[in-house]
Amino acid sequence: MPEPTEKPQESAADGWEPKIVAFFCNWCTYLAADLAGTSRMKYAPNARVIRVMCSGRVDPQFVMEAFANGAEGVLVGGCHFGDCHYQSGNHKALRRFRLLQRVLMGMGIEKERIRIEWISAAEADKLRDVMNDMVARLKALGPLHLEVPAEGFPEVADLAEVTA
Amino acid sequence: MKPAERGGNGQPKIGVYVCHCGTNIAATVDVEAVRSYAEGLPGVKVARAYKYMCSDPGQELIKEDIRANGLERVVVASCSPNLHEATFRRATAEGGINPYYFHMVNIREQDSWVHADMAAATRKANDLMRAAVHRVRFHKPLERARVSISPAVMVVGGGIAGIHAALTMANAGKHVYLVEREPSIGGHMAQFDKTFPTLDCAACILTPKMTEVRSNPNITLWTMAEVDRVDGYVGAFRVTVRHKPRFIVEDACVGCMECIEACVFQRGKFPDEFNFGLNMRKPVYIPFPQAVPQVVVIDQEACIEFRTGRCKKTCVEVCADRNAIDFTQTETFDTVEVGAVILATGFKTFDPKRTPSYGYGVYPNVYTAMELERLVNSSGPTEGHVTLRDGRTPETVGILHCIGSRDVNTNEYCSRVCCMYSLKLAHLVKEKTGAEIYNFYIDIRAPGKGMEEFYNRVAEEGVHFIRGKVADVYPEAGNTGRVILQAEDTLLGRVRKIPVDMVVLATGLEPQADVEAVRRTFNITCAGGGFFMERHPKLAPVSTFTDGIFLAGACQGPKDIPDTVAQAGAAAAEALALVDRGYVEMEPTTAYVMREECSGCKTCIPLCPYTAITRVDGKAEINPVLCKGCGTCVAACPSGSIRQNLFEDEEIYEEILGVLAHA
Repeated sequence: MPEPTEKPQESAADGWEPKIVAFFCNWCTYLAADLAGTSRMKYAPNARVIRVMCSGRVDPQFVMEAFANGAEGVLVGGCHFGDCHYQSGNHKALRRFRLLQRVLMGMGIEKERIRIEWISAAEADKLRDVMNDMVARLKALGPLHLEVPAEGFPEVADLAEVTA
Repeated sequence: MKPAERGGNGQPKIGVYVCHCGTNIAATVDVEAVRSYAEGLPGVKVARAYKYMCSDPGQELIKEDIRANGLERVVVASCSPNLHEATFRRATAEGGINPYYFHMVNIREQDSWVHADMAAATRKANDLMRAAVHRVRFHKPLERARVSISPAVMVVGGGIAGIHAALTMANAGKHVYLVEREPSIGGHMAQFDKTFPTLDCAACILTPKMTEVRSNPNITLWTMAEVDRVDGYVGAFRVTVRHKPRFIVEDACVGCMECIEACVFQRGKFPDEFNFGLNMRKPVYIPFPQAVPQVVVIDQEACIEFRTGRCKKTCVEVCADRNAIDFTQTETFDTVEVGAVILATGFKTFDPKRTPSYGYGVYPNVYTAMELERLVNSSGPTEGHVTLRDGRTPETVGILHCIGSRDVNTNEYCSRVCCMYSLKLAHLVKEKTGAEIYNFYIDIRAPGKGMEEFYNRVAEEGVHFIRGKVADVYPEAGNTGRVILQAEDTLLGRVRKIPVDMVVLATGLEPQADVEAVRRTFNITCAGGGFFMERHPKLAPVSTFTDGIFLAGACQGPKDIPDTVAQAGAAAAEALALVDRGYVEMEPTTAYVMREECSGCKTCIPLCPYTAITRVDGKAEINPVLCKGCGTCVAACPSGSIRQNLFEDEEIYEEILGVLAHA
């Protein structure tokens, strides 16, 4: 299997596929993804799932890091309200998410590129639908061109030039 | 990590294993391509593909490579970590390195089974593999802490499932708290007349078990009690139970029932719940003759003393020597510590008013199967005479199958027991009345021991079977009291209209009305249909995703009595296995504070739902016994001074970089 070293192409028509980084909680959404597998449901292969114990573990910096490194979308999956394995981690996740979404929009990242979904362990069909829907939306948006290439934060000394 | 432990270029030596899983993975993912790709990743010393990694030879590969090639990290790409993470961690440990030097890549449930395009699925497997190889380099050795287990257990629900589970564990010498919300244990089974297919009398086989519960010194039986809240974790659940007032001192009442006789109500005036309101009871009553405990109960809504405060209290007079009646009782609470909990909360029957076309609640002679169950029972409201509400004995009876089952408008699933109980009721009614009986069915489902034989027997007895769903129920012209059942007989291919005296609706099984609240109290999940979800449908059918919480009986899904009892035994065995070991190993994925970096800002403290974080000498401190490892505080710490074992920031950053890197 050759390594996909070719540069990502620019539009859906050229075979460009958006890459999604997904953070799934261990107890609900990750299990839903497992159930989708056991049920042999088919969905778009664009997401790469990173398992965390709770959606509350998703640090906004993870999302930033994903976008900075070429993700075209980030999906966070947690338990429904009231179902959190840790009582309220999903509330905390949502609280951060709302703020993060606004910050990202300010950076030119469209709202549709970051998504939070509550998918219970039994909702394999919802997982499939969310995956397919997100890919369809990202394809409509096209590749993400961050205005400022993220190369880490400038040192304080460099900032002096900017402010001068 | 000490430099001596590292492989070449300061990298730990990594072994990578890709599983074919027969053709489960190999049919969609090019396993050899993933293996050779992994071989080229930095730090990878060994990369192998094998037919079944979870098999003994597969695990042996890992152990051998650790020993022979000095591997320091292991990555296995196979099924979901929920299935075999423990297997491979064990193999890693047996090879001689820390089990947490292992990471698993899910290329089956979340790749080969859900994608059809081999190139895309293989690309995804490569990405996930790269992420794992990146991540595993940062893994640290971790230890599982051992916590001792409280030897007592709790069973919630006193139907046949709960009774059987409680007795099994009590007989093994464990102390069992059996919590039942009704005034008596027994559940639905106590309401049945006979049981299919053997026609055992339900009460005759259940009552001895009920009295055994009462007399077993290892069982604390709490009726009229509900679980209010659950704290703690596996091995040390602190369960708070709310006792509803019975207005009877349980220890003083001997069940003589003289108070019922003496009640100022001459005869029953309130619907008897046990008989579905087919007869009336007094405000003071005993739920049914075989009730356990044999203690009366006062219905606060009905009792004149509660409604007006001016009752003559003749009940108190006749109970003067025992003084068992206490109108001042209020709710009380008990908190107990248990190592494991078995949920046996059962089911409710489908409410046929939700499908109005069958006329339940409109035509008086439309009954539910449970009501008929009480009518044929000799201790029921008619002393076992099958009579209609107007006193007539029915000459024709229609039994309608699949009410609230196998119907996209109500419940999609098959309730499993209705075919068989319909056959049983058909047999019993025919035996008692000689009536002509028509079964309207979609399919007769009679799997299991003795079931098909029973079906044949009932058919030979002359019960009619019409394959078709009843489309309409309407009254016969001329005030006959009969209704006409209209259905398409799909075997004859024509519409039939059959007048019957009595209609019986074979209602399906549904989750209890408060299943959501119970689920949240115990922190478990519901599956499709709303029943409690088991950890694995085949391999862990009585466990849940919350360690120490087990399932028994119809709360997990519709099932008959033999299956319920078998499952209750299994749940009891699982709970015993857990409690008897004496300790549980806690996952080490807890959070910890880098003290020197903590600014003492207290952001984390209110975030923790377990109050595991306190502020000691101006710095946050996490109690590892209370921490359950969600990582919410880790994500929130402004200075990044809280970390989580196995989910360290750098591990997750490496995973992010890994899945996105194109080289």
